[in-house]
Amino acid sequence: MLKYLAKRVARSLLTLFFILTIVFVLVRQMPIEGYFPNFEKMTPSQIENGLHQMGLDQPMTVQLANFYKGLLHGDLGVSRVYNRGKPVWDILKTKIPISIQLGSLSILFSMLVGLPMGIHMAQRKGKLPDHLGTAFIVLIQAVPAAVYYLFIQLYGTELMQIKLRFDPGDWRSWILPVLSLSLGNIAYYAMWIRRYMVDESTKDYVQLARIKGCNGSRIMFRHIFRNAFVPMAQYLPTSFLNTVIGSIYIESLWSIKGMGGLLVDVIHKQDNNMILGIVLLFACVGIIGLILGDVLMVLFDPRISFTKKGGDGA
Amino acid sequence: MSLIKHPQVERLEAHVSEALTKELGEKKLFSVAPFSEEHAEQTGSSDYSYWRSTFRAFRRHWVAMGLLVLLLAILIFTFIQPYLPGQFDPNAIANAENGLPLKNQPADSVHWLGTNSIGQDLWARVWAGTRNSLIIGISVALIEAAIGILVGILWGYVRQLDFLLTELYNILDNIPTTIVLILVSFLLRPGMSTIIFALSITGWIGMARFVRNQVLIIRDRDYNVASRTLGTSTWRIMTRNLLPYLVSVIMLRMALSIPGAIGSEVFITYIGLGLPIEVCSLGNLINEGRKLMMSPNLRYQLIYPTIILSIVTVSFYIIGNAFSDAADPRNHL
Repeated sequence: MLKYLAKRVARSLLTLFFILTIVFVLVRQMPIEGYFPNFEKMTPSQIENGLHQMGLDQPMTVQLANFYKGLLHGDLGVSRVYNRGKPVWDILKTKIPISIQLGSLSILFSMLVGLPMGIHMAQRKGKLPDHLGTAFIVLIQAVPAAVYYLFIQLYGTELMQIKLRFDPGDWRSWILPVLSLSLGNIAYYAMWIRRYMVDESTKDYVQLARIKGCNGSRIMFRHIFRNAFVPMAQYLPTSFLNTVIGSIYIESLWSIKGMGGLLVDVIHKQDNNMILGIVLLFACVGIIGLILGDVLMVLFDPRISFTKKGGDGA
Repeated sequence: MSLIKHPQVERLEAHVSEALTKELGEKKLFSVAPFSEEHAEQTGSSDYSYWRSTFRAFRRHWVAMGLLVLLLAILIFTFIQPYLPGQFDPNAIANAENGLPLKNQPADSVHWLGTNSIGQDLWARVWAGTRNSLIIGISVALIEAAIGILVGILWGYVRQLDFLLTELYNILDNIPTTIVLILVSFLLRPGMSTIIFALSITGWIGMARFVRNQVLIIRDRDYNVASRTLGTSTWRIMTRNLLPYLVSVIMLRMALSIPGAIGSEVFITYIGLGLPIEVCSLGNLINEGRKLMMSPNLRYQLIYPTIILSIVTVSFYIIGNAFSDAADPRNHL
């Protein structure tokens, strides 16, 4: 297990290296005009001077080497436009907590709503609650999030008589962003838990439990749910990541001062170091999420093992 | 138990045999069946046809059928709409009699859905936008499918490529899609082809993995092993043995990636990297409408494009799912 994880982490570092390099090169393809707000009025020598100050006139390989040298020392560089001269990490430090809080609240909420909803739908398969739930899932999955977020903001704020801007001190202004962030996950959880539970309920061990005389809800929760939850467990950390990244839209819609909104902002401002810092953070969260997901799955289901190969688990 | 027949039974037997001779006369009870080529054909092959059964199963899903008709109607209408009488150019600014532009005009008999904040006809813009969004969605689905299927089949079938492509996948899949979308749209000039490119380069990865997993399942089935043993070329196995099997699942993926692409276009437009304003799209229209959504009497400019967008995306989603159910041979008959 440990050996497997060590290998996995080593490979992730390689992945991280590729991601950062690709993004680093891409970011440097951006038009030069973007670096200077008053580009038209500048003389060629001023432009050259400005590029030199940012180190953008050096060959790509030198720039890349410098970047990694800094990174290994834990230095992400300084912000160029967003907050001039301030180290990137210091800026990010203040932004991370709110994104994490939003993401965690949303995951908690979607589990609390999505899982019971899916279980309920599975129990009443083919009846009205199942149909209503399916309609909800189809609607949420088919209609682009970018659209229904808008309507939640539009009518939600009117209904609750609150402002469009997010105010971390006011608990009421947390409700709608968290709800918006959760809807996609609620639909996803409900859909999968329903499907797994319906699939599992025809298996032999359920028949046996029924013959033994277990009552329905005991079978549902003790037997079926535990099996149906295994694939869900693998997805959990990834869904946390998706929530944090999905918040790019939500955060900028509600002017929340988190990381998602920040990414859009710094890309517009061509603040290279900030872009790389945020990409690094997102990529790390993503990779850790994938690894954690596999670990969780092993913890939930003792039959699954990383080290054994082949189909016979006995 | 007595062996002697009961008189009543004897009487009954006599009666039955008498009735039988009366009925059948001298005819024999059995006749020789001659060889008939026609009948031999019938038993030799069933008249099961995969596609016919698929369409029969699909037709039974009346919701999906209705939506398919609706979607086709919308698709055709977006292309004939500009040629109908009484239509406006989506970018022309309508002027009132006093020469000023007709801004934010509510719906009337001339401008069927009213005009927008600079006086353009919303009806024309909504249909032009739907047309462009559908073009984007369908192109992305086609490109994704083409690249995804090619890479996916190679990945699944050619063992030497497996390690390389799996590692490549691990790297690419870890790059957050949103970041790629934002970067690509930012680096290239805004336009239809940029949007299509940006959405395609993030979408094919999922498709390739999906196809690869399907290919892995059927790669070593007997009929493929037989083909290989007979020396069939890899290309022919890929196109003749593997691809037909995958058609239905690929169609499903494509049907689902169209609403996905349309939705991503809305997102890219929102963060300011979408199509230029003179090229209508549902994303553009929704974004314009969003800016006005705080004034309730102008809210129609957000709601009309949203209604069309929701109809299109939900239709594709439901049709895709219904088709994939129908394409599963277990649901036939």
